[in-house]
Amino acid sequence: MGQGLAGIGAGIAAIGAGIGVGKIGGSALEGMARQPEAAGDMRSNMIVAAALVEGVALFAVIVCLLVALG
Amino acid sequence: MTSVAIAQHEGHASEPVAHDQVSVEQPVHANTEAHADTTAHAAHGEAAHGEEYAKEEFKIGEMIMHHISDAHQIHLGGSLYIPLPVIILHEGHLDIFSSSNFYSVNEHGELDYHDYKGYRNHHEMIEFVGENASHDAHGHKVMDFSITKSVFGMMLVIVLMIILFRSVANKYKRNVGKAPSGFQNMIEPFILFVRDDIALPSLGKKKAALYTPFLLTVFFFIWMCNILGLIPFLGGFNITGTLSITLVLAAIVFIITSVSGNKHYWGHIFWPPGVPGFVKVILVPIEFMSIFIKPCVLMIRLTANITAGHIIILAFVGLALMFGQQSPAAGYGVGVGSVLFMAFMYCLEMLVAFLQAYVFTLLAALYFGDATQDHHHEHEHDHDHEIQHAH
Repeated sequence: MGQGLAGIGAGIAAIGAGIGVGKIGGSALEGMARQPEAAGDMRSNMIVAAALVEGVALFAVIVCLLVALG
Repeated sequence: MTSVAIAQHEGHASEPVAHDQVSVEQPVHANTEAHADTTAHAAHGEAAHGEEYAKEEFKIGEMIMHHISDAHQIHLGGSLYIPLPVIILHEGHLDIFSSSNFYSVNEHGELDYHDYKGYRNHHEMIEFVGENASHDAHGHKVMDFSITKSVFGMMLVIVLMIILFRSVANKYKRNVGKAPSGFQNMIEPFILFVRDDIALPSLGKKKAALYTPFLLTVFFFIWMCNILGLIPFLGGFNITGTLSITLVLAAIVFIITSVSGNKHYWGHIFWPPGVPGFVKVILVPIEFMSIFIKPCVLMIRLTANITAGHIIILAFVGLALMFGQQSPAAGYGVGVGSVLFMAFMYCLEMLVAFLQAYVFTLLAALYFGDATQDHHHEHEHDHDHEIQHAH
């Protein structure tokens, strides 16, 4: 039972990561479209923000892994 | 107890050897393939590998956990194991011996574990069970200071870093004012990147010099440890993917932040300016907890990213091996797609290796900058005066 729930938890974490990074990518692309000269700046900031958001999602993955393996 | 994992995977520590032999056959072609394939590490091998040892069930969960965890010997593939020293402090006396005393390599390239001098290597954790202990004897904890795979990997990275950066530093001393050459060309952009894009913006010119050496060290250490974990066929290091190592890195950041915190830093935590009283009641506990939570998140972010990447790569390879058990055709078919996906994940992991080092260093610099912050209100008043003077 615990392992099944851990699987569901990991799936929800993936949804969270997808939504978060998707929003970051979307607004980054919008910004780059409005001001192509600042594209490089936006790209690096986008990657940093994506790494931070992924960190939180992987936090949840680690918890699910610990639950799944006892 | 179910059967052990396939190919180059150590058997369960507590399983008697006789159990495995029951379902074993020895097809001739498997032996010749085994000789040809001894260098292929299962984690990074192709689907063909799956067929050789199909007589034993392949458990993907065990394979992944085996490749992520630390071990007391380095498995270079096939039957080649490099034993590492085991250093144990138990009840006041020190035991140092080679970890090869704990195992013997059987004909499948797997390890058969046995006890030694009262110590048992149970799933790569050493415990004391006493002489002639039974299979299920309760193990007592020992203080394990062994040179395990991760420790060895870290020493390798340290030696590499010392050699690399000492030679670059000497080059700089000799070629004062001249164009960079050799390793300098490779390292200079990264050193300038850390100094100009990470240290200076967060710390300011005056204080950056104090913290830049640490930031450079931690950046290159994490980056090199990540890369070391990605090199195939080298024994599968997972240095930054272990919580204990990232815990130490985060603890050092925590100590430096707390020690170099000036009164503005502590003042902002315990007496935040510009917020009404009732908000302070909520904010101060949160700020106090965040002193500890920030390094914790730093630790987990690095571990989780690196371990997740390794798990994904191992899972793709394991997928091919799993299907290869059903039939060779399925194994090859899945193997082609699986290898392509794995190659893509590998490129992503190279990016993640650099990115996680960058994010760790960036956040450490931000915390240091926060701790050594100047009094902000003065700047605002200065700007107001400047505007007035301009008119």
